[in-house]
Amino acid sequence: MTAFRAVLAKDLRVELRTLQSIPAMALFAITTFVLFRYGLDRTTLTGSLAAGVLLATLLFAAILAINRLFAAEREEGGFDAMRLAPIDLTAVFAAKAMGLLVYFVILEGIALPIFGVFFLDDWAGLAPLAGVLVLADAGIALTGALVSALAAHSRARELVVPLVLLPLLVPLMVAAANAAEPLLVAGGPSFEGLGSWLAVLALYDMTFAAVGYAVFDFVLED
Amino acid sequence: MPEGVALKEDAPAAERQSGASAIAVVGLWREYGERAALRDVSFELRTGKVLAVLGPNGAGKTTLLRILATLLRPTRGDVAVLGCSLPGDAWKLRGRIGFLGHDPLLYRDLTVEENLRFQARLHSLADGIRRTDELLDRVGLSRRRGDLVRDLSAGIVQRVAVCRTVLHEPDLLLLDEPRSNLDPEAAALVEPLIGAASGLTRVLVTHDVDRVLEEADSVLALRGDGSMAYSGRASGLSAGDARALYRGAVR
Repeated sequence: MTAFRAVLAKDLRVELRTLQSIPAMALFAITTFVLFRYGLDRTTLTGSLAAGVLLATLLFAAILAINRLFAAEREEGGFDAMRLAPIDLTAVFAAKAMGLLVYFVILEGIALPIFGVFFLDDWAGLAPLAGVLVLADAGIALTGALVSALAAHSRARELVVPLVLLPLLVPLMVAAANAAEPLLVAGGPSFEGLGSWLAVLALYDMTFAAVGYAVFDFVLED
Repeated sequence: MPEGVALKEDAPAAERQSGASAIAVVGLWREYGERAALRDVSFELRTGKVLAVLGPNGAGKTTLLRILATLLRPTRGDVAVLGCSLPGDAWKLRGRIGFLGHDPLLYRDLTVEENLRFQARLHSLADGIRRTDELLDRVGLSRRRGDLVRDLSAGIVQRVAVCRTVLHEPDLLLLDEPRSNLDPEAAALVEPLIGAASGLTRVLVTHDVDRVLEEADSVLALRGDGSMAYSGRASGLSAGDARALYRGAVR
C-alpha cells in the first residue's frame, strides 16, 4: 500500500502543479459539446443519441490523459526508479488506474453540468447517470493504464494507445451506452434493465483489474 | 595507430579469496536485435572492492551497469549480484542497489525534497524524512530542498541524484560517471557518499582514467564491439595502459 499511495500522491501532486491533463480534457469535452450542438443543430438530445454524444466525448477526452499517463516515467526515468525499488509493480498499475479514475471523475464534474445546459431539458437522469459513469470510468482507467504502459516504450505511442485501447473498450462502451440510454429518455429516467448493464460494466472492470494484476509486472520489465 | 596493451590475466586466486563475491559474471552476452552490445564478458568483484569499467563510447559499459542493476536482462550468460542470480532473483536484489546512471531518475515537476521522500516511500524507509534531511545537509542542499528539479542546474541535479542513489543505504553502488557536472567543491561533498570513504562495493564507469588507477581495485576494459579487452587488477596497469584501454586500443 505504501508504493500505491506514494505513486498516486506523486501523480496527483504533479497534475495539481502542472495542470497538464485535466484542463486539456475539460476543454476538449466542452469544445466537442459545442461542435455537437451546432453540428447536429439540436438544442435537446434524449435517449441513445444523448448517451452516445456524452460517452463518445468523455471517451476521447479520456484518451488525452491516458496518452500522458506515463509521460513523466518515460521522459524522466521514473520507470527505472520504480524498478529499482523493492515494490510489487502491480501497485504502480493500481495507482495509475486510480489516478486516471480521479481525473475522470473531476472531468465529469465539469462536463456533466455543461452537457446538461447544452442538451438536456430534464436533469433528473444525471444523478443515476453519474453512477453508470463511475463504473465505466473504472473500466477505462484500468484498461487505459495497462495500454498506456504497454505503449510507453513505443515510438508511435500516441497512435498505439487509441488503436489498441478503443477496440478493447467496445464492450464497455456498449454496456455504458445501454445503461445510460434509459436514464436520458424524454420524460424522466427509466431504470428498467439497468441492473444487467451495470453487471456487465462491473464484470468488465473486474476482468481488466485481473488482467492488469496478472501482466503489469511483465509489461514494465525489459 | 594508437598505442596498445595486451590482454592480461584475471586477478590471482589469492585476491579472489579475500572477500565474498559481490558480483560474478560469466559469459555474459547482451544483444539488441542483431547487434551484440556485450560479447562474452566475464569478471568477478569481491565485497568492499571497487571495479572500474573502461572503454570507448558504445562499448557496452552502460548496458553492463543496467544489467547489474536488474534494469536489463542478459541475453546469455550467468550473472550473480549480491548472491542473487539474474534475472530470476531480480526482485530480491532491488532495494539493495544504488544506481546512478546518465539520467538522474528525478521528477522535474517535484521539488528536491518531494523527490527524495517519494523515493524513501518506494523503499519503505521508516526514517525517510530524517534520512532525506541528513543527505541534503551533507551535500549542501538544505536550502534548495523546496526548489523544483526543473529549475536546478545540472550540477545540483547530480547532487540530488547522488542523494537518491544512497538514500536507502544500498550494499552495492553502480555508478556511471558519478562526478559529471560536479565542480570540485561539489565533488568533494558527494565523495563520502559514493567515494572510497563510503566503504561500499562499487562498480564505476568513468572517463577519468587517472582516477581509475587511484580508486579502483580492479579494471574491466571493453572494446568498441562489446568484447572484453582486460579484466584484472588495477595495480597491474600503468597510466599509459589505462589510457589505451580507455580508447579501446587493445591488441
